[in-house]
Amino acid sequence: MMEQIVFYLFAFLIVVSALAVVSLRNIFHCALFLILCLFCVAGIYVLLYAEFIAVVQILLYVGAVSVLIIFAIMLTSQLAGRHAAMTNEQTFLGAFLSLVMLFGIVYALTNTFFRMSDQGLPQKSSFEIGRLLMTTFVLPFELVSVLLLAALVGAIVIARREGT
Amino acid sequence: MQLMHYLTLAAILFSIGFYGLITRRNAIAILMSLELMFNAVNINLVAFNRFVTPTEFIGQVFAIFVIVVAAAEATVGLAIVILVYRNWRSIDADRVNLMKW
Repeated sequence: MMEQIVFYLFAFLIVVSALAVVSLRNIFHCALFLILCLFCVAGIYVLLYAEFIAVVQILLYVGAVSVLIIFAIMLTSQLAGRHAAMTNEQTFLGAFLSLVMLFGIVYALTNTFFRMSDQGLPQKSSFEIGRLLMTTFVLPFELVSVLLLAALVGAIVIARREGT
Repeated sequence: MQLMHYLTLAAILFSIGFYGLITRRNAIAILMSLELMFNAVNINLVAFNRFVTPTEFIGQVFAIFVIVVAAAEATVGLAIVILVYRNWRSIDADRVNLMKW
């Protein structure tokens, strides 16, 4: 019962803040609502017994990515005060397409049978994730570290001023 | 709580992100919509992990990979946005059409 109340609270906050992210005119307010949305998604992970993912979500998304986005907003917009047109002329088409996609997904979900497990609650998720990352998924793990390094170097090279 | 609730929430979040992706003009707003879509996918992965295979953690490992790749994507994407702004004095995605034909 308690779990349901918390779930609906988080779900409501996620949907409202996501709608604010895609519809507000001030881009800085959009970024703040994005932070709220990501934080509530971390709450959903806690409800799903994925506490490690929740911590990673808060560290990486709420801590790093949103700071990066706010930095980019500060560096790019003198537009912050001036309310330029924020959406293109595809608003109705976009709303129609995403509604069609939403109903398509929900229709497919209601007509699919997922074989539930009855093995009870997961235990020691951090331990198991660490073991999997070091055994089964060690090659993707190393590849992802190389990818992060490449993205870091690439971002510096792209955003660097010429000749400095 | 059943699996269905989480999947429906993820579907709603994904559709909202898709709407933002195709209607926004500001390139940073487009990147923010992309983050919403990544989060919807992650909710799916973790929910399936919790309800279908609770003793294995492969879904959670994949969620970690998605988060890391999304962070790399945001880094490079925002660097490109800053560079575009420096050259065009604008980050309107409709006006940056140098590579269209």
